[in-house]
Amino acid sequence: MRRFVLIAIPYLWLLALFLVPFFIVLKISLSDAAIARPPYIPQFDWAEGIWAFVRELDFENFIFLTEDALYWKAYLSSVKIALISTALTLLVGYPIAYGMARAPEEWRPTLMMLVILPFWTSFLIRVYAWMGILSNEGYLNQFLMWTGIISEPLIILNTPAAVYIGIVYTYLPFMILPIYAALDRLDGSLIEAAEDLGCSRAQAFWLVTIPLSRPGIIAGCFLVMIPVIGEFVIPSLLGGSGTLMIGKVLWEEFFSNRDWPVASAVAVVLLLILVIPIVLFQRNQQKQAEAEQ
Amino acid sequence: MIQFRNVTKRFGQFTAIDDLSIDIFEREFFALLGPSGCGKTTMMRMLAGFETPTEGVILLSGQDIDPIPPNKRAVNMMFQSYALFPHLSVWENIAFGLKRAKMPKQDLKERVEEMLRLTRLEQFAHRKPHQISGGQRQRVALARSLAKAPKLLLLDEPLGALDKKLRQDTQFELMDIQEKTGTTFVIVTHDQEEAMTVASRVAVMDHGRIVQADTPAKIYETPNSVYVADFIGDVNIIEGRATPNDGETYRIDWAEGQEPLTATSAHPFEKGQACHFAIRPEKVTISSERPADAANAVQGKVHDIAYLGNLSTYHVELANGTIMKAQSANTRRISRRSYTWEDPVWLSWTATAGVLLAD
Amino acid sequence: MNRLSWFNAVSLTLGFAFLYIPMVILIIFSFNESKLVTVWAGFSTKWYGELIRNQAFLDAAWVTLRVAVFSSTLATILGTMAAYVLVRGGRFLGRTLFSGMIYAPLVMPEVITGLSLLLLFIGVGLDRGVFTVVLAHTTFSMCYVSVVVSSRLITFDRSLEEAALDLGCSPAQAFRLVTLPIIAPAVISGWLLAFTLSLDDLVIASFTTGPSATTLPIKIFSAVRLGVSPEINALSTLMIALVTVGVITASLVTKRAMVRQKQEEQAAARAA
Repeated sequence: MRRFVLIAIPYLWLLALFLVPFFIVLKISLSDAAIARPPYIPQFDWAEGIWAFVRELDFENFIFLTEDALYWKAYLSSVKIALISTALTLLVGYPIAYGMARAPEEWRPTLMMLVILPFWTSFLIRVYAWMGILSNEGYLNQFLMWTGIISEPLIILNTPAAVYIGIVYTYLPFMILPIYAALDRLDGSLIEAAEDLGCSRAQAFWLVTIPLSRPGIIAGCFLVMIPVIGEFVIPSLLGGSGTLMIGKVLWEEFFSNRDWPVASAVAVVLLLILVIPIVLFQRNQQKQAEAEQ
Repeated sequence: MIQFRNVTKRFGQFTAIDDLSIDIFEREFFALLGPSGCGKTTMMRMLAGFETPTEGVILLSGQDIDPIPPNKRAVNMMFQSYALFPHLSVWENIAFGLKRAKMPKQDLKERVEEMLRLTRLEQFAHRKPHQISGGQRQRVALARSLAKAPKLLLLDEPLGALDKKLRQDTQFELMDIQEKTGTTFVIVTHDQEEAMTVASRVAVMDHGRIVQADTPAKIYETPNSVYVADFIGDVNIIEGRATPNDGETYRIDWAEGQEPLTATSAHPFEKGQACHFAIRPEKVTISSERPADAANAVQGKVHDIAYLGNLSTYHVELANGTIMKAQSANTRRISRRSYTWEDPVWLSWTATAGVLLAD
Repeated sequence: MNRLSWFNAVSLTLGFAFLYIPMVILIIFSFNESKLVTVWAGFSTKWYGELIRNQAFLDAAWVTLRVAVFSSTLATILGTMAAYVLVRGGRFLGRTLFSGMIYAPLVMPEVITGLSLLLLFIGVGLDRGVFTVVLAHTTFSMCYVSVVVSSRLITFDRSLEEAALDLGCSPAQAFRLVTLPIIAPAVISGWLLAFTLSLDDLVIASFTTGPSATTLPIKIFSAVRLGVSPEINALSTLMIALVTVGVITASLVTKRAMVRQKQEEQAAARAA
């Protein structure tokens, strides 16, 4: 009995506040828009029964998504930005994680703390910090003009470049930590063995270190890529009007256009896109957990 | 005091305990001995109440214990990992069970101090488990499980985490404490030496069954199967066919062109029945000449010598290629050892030295 | 292996410079006299004064704090329960669904979580405000708590609980007297994580809140959209300082405790 209560409380909470809302989103994505409060005509009513619902069922919101180039361009560009920025984050993050794992033992806790510290500071503030740096009269341009490298200010803010910088900056800890964890476990004698067997430094790195840190790399990439696809704050603060990302489109559809059915349809499609990487990610984590046992 | 009646325990497809019946008596020091996975830990966990039998009943003083949850059983357990509560001091760990039983403060204090004295831990009472050594932790675990004066104490590999020297000292300490408290102890171990040392009765287990349960001496001298003979101590096994002589002696034909062996057996064998003759190395005498009066004698040459300090084990290759081990005490200095590699030697033993086992 | 090669030294220096320079600039310019944020015009703390006098920010901070305290506490209780069920619950109907619902919110885009919760609240006719934000934050941060706590529970020696039962505890007593004290550090860090997540959250709060309850991130976001402002710099500096002090204190405390435990263990081993 007690066990039943223990299971039931968190279970019901998640059912009511996580799973049920998804079905509501799905339901509203199938209803028609209206200028009212709430701004949609429900399409599904238990009283009318399932058949009435199915008879009336149409996918006009989804058809609308395919017809308007804005949406599929936004999806495509979200995925593209997510892929590129994940690769960039990996390029920046791997050397840092590697350096941490090779640092003297007594430094490591401090380095670790330095990586985690930004993670605890407000996401919004960290994105905001770049607005002052990247703007036309920002610190970066001031610095570059002062050194004489450029004579005209570079336009970075409100371009995709700013979005990439923002993503790499804010998601860096998510990339560093799993890779560091994998590299930290790596037995140093393996590399010595590889060198003993005739590998050069670079070959040993390529043939031993990289494959053995692969689970960390995969975990890090998913941890960056999945949330970036639905990112809202970074494109809206750094990307300007030129950067299309689906999180921003959804937000605007909802708050500015007040078209809830279309916003819901956008969410449903976004979720469908994310199902694949999420499932892959779960499987990678499971495999790793099994390997550790 | 404890009776297992046709107990079977299955985990899914796997049968951990297979139709097992055994009695454990009051004030006994009972050891469950077997390789890992033989079901000995499952038996113990059923006694403690962490597992319930799939079939059959377990009786404690004649009462079925199945419906009694672990926290209401007059049975306590000493865990393999000791399971000392890391956030509590030694004193609080020992008092933990007594507090749950709502013992009055004064009695509780006296009881804890008594247990600390018994296990010689008085000076460590206020330390935390991580501040004491492995051997001391083991004693805290023992004191904690004995504090409630259980009818039955279960010990799951209690000495497994200690190094060899400490383990031997602790074995005698355990026996001492068992005698002082008069509690029934059931110990689970895979270390045959440990089981033989501490227990008054040993049950050898294999694949969820008890193969033999008897005193250590009987288990060693008269194992009832090849499995037990092989599991306990060192043994030579010779396969052959038995032919009854008169009385309880049998003739064993074991190899072409070799003299048959003679052995006694309380267990009857038919003519021509396949059998295993088991004999301990220390019961085999090694000599350079054929002894005149030995019931059994075989010839071979020394293949290997293992010098163990107090003993030497000779591996002797017989004419048909069989290797037989013979042990002799080194009562003289090594330089005067009488046999060396490749020496032809005779191995001999009496008719009652070994046992004859059916398949 | 104990000396840093030049390559590692360079990558660490550049990496940490990248991580910290933006924040350092932010902090420096929060003390700028000028209203023009990009031009240094002398040291001043006047923006901190402005900030303290800004009632809208203070109100938002108060709302945020209340939401964070309630939601993180609730999330810690629910998340610990969920972790316990996941690790110790054995088999029950819908276990896979349950663990899926624990892990999915960790990678779910906030826009989707926010939207779906809002539609739920409207569907059942809840007035949006502090209460709905607390519900929303509890839901997603309980999953983080349960991941933190369950990773501790997995390494927890189960025989400790069995020993407690064996010594006469009821299952509830065993949890209260043995399990909880031992996993307490994980539960506390779960609470801290839930607290900061709630403090930071913009997207979910924007969806689920009503006009009566504006949280600090919503306030900051609407101010920041118009561009960089010295007041926000001052506010950011305060928040960074708070987090830095908290994280450094926490890591020093755990480090000291670990060093002490190690020393005591060595002393015990030597004494034996």
